[in-house]
Amino acid sequence: MLMTELPHLETEAEFNKTIEENENVMVCCGRMGPMCVPVYESMEELEDEYPHVKFVDMDFDIPSAHVIRNLPECAGFMGLPFTVYYKNGKVVKATSSLQSMDQITEILDEEFAK
Amino acid sequence: MNENMFDVIILGGGAAGLTAGIYTSRAKLKTLILNEGVVGGQMVLTDEIANYPGVENIGGFQLARIMKKQAKTFGCTIKSNIKITRMELDGALKTIEVNNKTNYSAKSVILTSGGRARNLNVPGEKEFQGSGISYCATCDGDFFQDKEIIVVGGGNSALEEAVSLTKYASKVTIVHEFDHFQAYPSAVEEAKKNEKIHFIMESTIAAFKGDAALKTAVIRHIPSGKKSDMPIDGVFIFIGYVPNTESFKGLVKMNERLEIITDEDRQTNLDGVFAAGDCIAKRWRQVSTAVADGTIAALSAAEYIAKQE
Repeated sequence: MLMTELPHLETEAEFNKTIEENENVMVCCGRMGPMCVPVYESMEELEDEYPHVKFVDMDFDIPSAHVIRNLPECAGFMGLPFTVYYKNGKVVKATSSLQSMDQITEILDEEFAK
Repeated sequence: MNENMFDVIILGGGAAGLTAGIYTSRAKLKTLILNEGVVGGQMVLTDEIANYPGVENIGGFQLARIMKKQAKTFGCTIKSNIKITRMELDGALKTIEVNNKTNYSAKSVILTSGGRARNLNVPGEKEFQGSGISYCATCDGDFFQDKEIIVVGGGNSALEEAVSLTKYASKVTIVHEFDHFQAYPSAVEEAKKNEKIHFIMESTIAAFKGDAALKTAVIRHIPSGKKSDMPIDGVFIFIGYVPNTESFKGLVKMNERLEIITDEDRQTNLDGVFAAGDCIAKRWRQVSTAVADGTIAALSAAEYIAKQE
């Protein structure tokens, strides 16, 4: 159970609905670990600044998280969290392990420019 | 009062900064916490805190959330994920410029910028973070089931995490720069009696190599300078912490380790400027010591302001 203030995706259906209904989606799939928490915190901080992006998280250990765990873009990832950026339902970027606020905003600005 | 004018500005939102914010806000001093990273500092990087008095067991993230809420409840303003672009700390009125555009002023400033995990700073380290290089055994240990890994370091964290990683890895090699460990004897003994753990002493990592994932660590034997390639699946780095004080260079007095020097009231060499937590020169770095430092700095700042008025 993730203890963040972000919407949690708990089922595959919720995940599919989210990436279908939102043009820009950032999904952080992780645990409540030290490398993951700063990414959730950054996402919470960025929600107001990037209203055109849907920020969500997903517990890495729930069965439906296979939608992230098994992505070809995440093959070879060996560090949590797996953070995946979707545009119009397609993966445009994926990162592994801790990302700083600057690294995240750089990706958001590049991939989800207004 | 100008909305950007405060009684106290606290630079850093970890345990020391949040505690200072709780105390100064509760003392009815208009307080602003400016935090360049994530609120909670290194607390949020701690999976579980079991030695904070009064709380049996709590996630670092949860404890940070509670402290943040407490500070806000008392009226403290918190701005996080900002960039401090200029500081004027001498003089009666201190000024902090944020994001190259907004100036905040205060009668007193408390520096609580904390610390961060030390990196090796060798070629390949950044490139393979998340694809073989990790700084958190609890987070990433299970990606290395039946794999061969290296743990870099010789302190308590390195040895304890090496032992915990043997739950997953088939072989753990500890690479340490000295011929002895700094860890407690009990941690050394536990690591030495674990059959999966091997040791390469007086050595360091010179570089990491691979393709999409890490494949090789280049190990340098320090006395001879000889380098050798070691095929490896993963590397965990636990080589201590450094203070986040680079931006205070030339502004306040620091020691050779870039730790801010304070007196027992947490006063720096500048009037009205105090410092607390992991960024100051001290021996023990715990949440409880950061909280104590933050309290002392806040009370000292309050006293300083009262004397000026």
